[in-house]
Amino acid sequence: MHPILKLVVQRIALGLLLLLAVSAVIFLGVEALPGDTAQAILGQQATPEALANLREKLGLDRPPLERYFAWLGGVLTGDLGTALTNGADIAQSIGQRLGNTLFLASCAAVISVPLAIILGLIAARHAGKWQDKLISGLTLTTISLPEFVAAYFVIYLLTQVFPVFLPVASIYGGMTFWQKLNAVALPVIVLVLVVLAHMMRMTRAAILNVMQSAYIETAELKGLTPMQVIWRHAFPNAIAPVVSVVMLNMAYLVVGVVVVEVVFGYNALGQYLVDHVSKRDLPVVQAVGLVFAAVYIFLNILADVISIIANPRLRHPK
Amino acid sequence: MRPPLSALIGLTLTGLFLFSAVFAQWIAPYPIDASAGKVWEGPSADYWLGTDSIGRDILSRLIYGGQVTIFVALASSALAFSMGAFLGFLAAVSGGFVDQLLSRIVDLVMAIPSLIVALVMLSVLPLNLTVLILVMGILDSTRVFRLSRAVAMDIAVMDYVEAARLRGEGGTWVIFREILPNALSPLVAEFGLRFIFAVLFISTLSFLGLGVQPPLSDWGGMVKENKDGLIFGKPAALLPAAAIAALAISVNLVADWVLTRTSSLKGGRGG
Repeated sequence: MHPILKLVVQRIALGLLLLLAVSAVIFLGVEALPGDTAQAILGQQATPEALANLREKLGLDRPPLERYFAWLGGVLTGDLGTALTNGADIAQSIGQRLGNTLFLASCAAVISVPLAIILGLIAARHAGKWQDKLISGLTLTTISLPEFVAAYFVIYLLTQVFPVFLPVASIYGGMTFWQKLNAVALPVIVLVLVVLAHMMRMTRAAILNVMQSAYIETAELKGLTPMQVIWRHAFPNAIAPVVSVVMLNMAYLVVGVVVVEVVFGYNALGQYLVDHVSKRDLPVVQAVGLVFAAVYIFLNILADVISIIANPRLRHPK
Repeated sequence: MRPPLSALIGLTLTGLFLFSAVFAQWIAPYPIDASAGKVWEGPSADYWLGTDSIGRDILSRLIYGGQVTIFVALASSALAFSMGAFLGFLAAVSGGFVDQLLSRIVDLVMAIPSLIVALVMLSVLPLNLTVLILVMGILDSTRVFRLSRAVAMDIAVMDYVEAARLRGEGGTWVIFREILPNALSPLVAEFGLRFIFAVLFISTLSFLGLGVQPPLSDWGGMVKENKDGLIFGKPAALLPAAAIAALAISVNLVADWVLTRTSSLKGGRGG
């Protein structure tokens, strides 16, 4: 087998194994915590008989391991069970919302990745000068903000001080693609701000790191302009770290959307998760948690695979 | 060496936040739940920062809220530190099976984003301060574990550790008397970053309604309480939001300075 293919297959197998372990943590780990779904539904005043009845009805009287495998089997066949609170089919509810979440996250990705790389290039080109300090200062500020804080500053600025947008982002069926884009503009701006900083700083660091190599000095000495040096010699060699940090930030984006969705009342997976955590609807929380974990692990695998392809040195471990 | 301007600003602000958190009961102009004036009042001589969604003095609630935020963040980062550092050193000193087991558990926890793990755990656990501190501390200890294991790995191969082992000292001695003092400076700088992380974490949880519960209220909760005013042009929610940002940035400035100082002491290590 081709060595790259072999490494990629290995990495994917490892990822699947990890996902399996994560599913066990999400299911069995939660079982081990003090707290009981039946109690959570019926409240503290429930009689022991009512509790026992409900446990039997929900299948909670069976041993945890048995229920885990039943659950896992369900997950693999696309059956995630029904929500405790309203009896709705979980797989269906997730299906409706996953698209919205991915739409939001990919809009943010499409804008933030090129922007971060361009800003990183500018900062590296003018390292130590005012352009660099300005970009670094601004990104350092956004990196210290939780998503919802950034969100409310953006909301206030763009709906009250400069009323450009509407403060809610609701998406419903029948909207044209353009209307959808307009509706998600504000949450996308917030997400871009949140992930931009880290990506831009890593791009800058990766390029500055490469700039210390001897071949860069040679390129400078033979009279290339700084932009030519960066574009022709530094950037291609900095691609591997940049790509991996971009992918890791995409993974981070998937978590960032949870908070941003709640801020904007955007009906998608994150909102669904948070709602059901406060309702203590464990089956929903476990299912959505697993979906988020799967997307996160998938993006991490993708980051590894891309850096294996981009960096020949990683193709020959030891 | 005189600290740079950014570090001085950071130190002053951090000190101010800590001071108002410790002495909240004395410096807050109104009691925490005193419904004072009309709702959404602007800043005035009586209410310096105005009033909130149900007419309470925002300045007083900010001072009390800071107490909760800082206390929870400090407690959970202290827990994360003692647990993560101890287990990290233990893994580095024992090696073999213990190291493998601990490292794989940490890999597993870190394979899922902390917020998601926390949400899954909080869907069954009762919501109170102790639980929040434990959940955040345990989740964050994985990062401290990785750092302290890496640092201790470098130290564990030093001659003086070898000497201690040869003269028959046990694992506890090696961890606390040989490794800990030598690993302290990188860990101290890390503490600042972990504290910031904890501040952001607890604020986010409270904002989602899954952190600090009423009648207590922290800054994240205050943003949640006042967020609806924003779309009517009442910027009350921005004040606690700004407080979170200011605390995070000022601690960041201090941590940055400590980091460059400790790494320059070591002859430019780090970077």
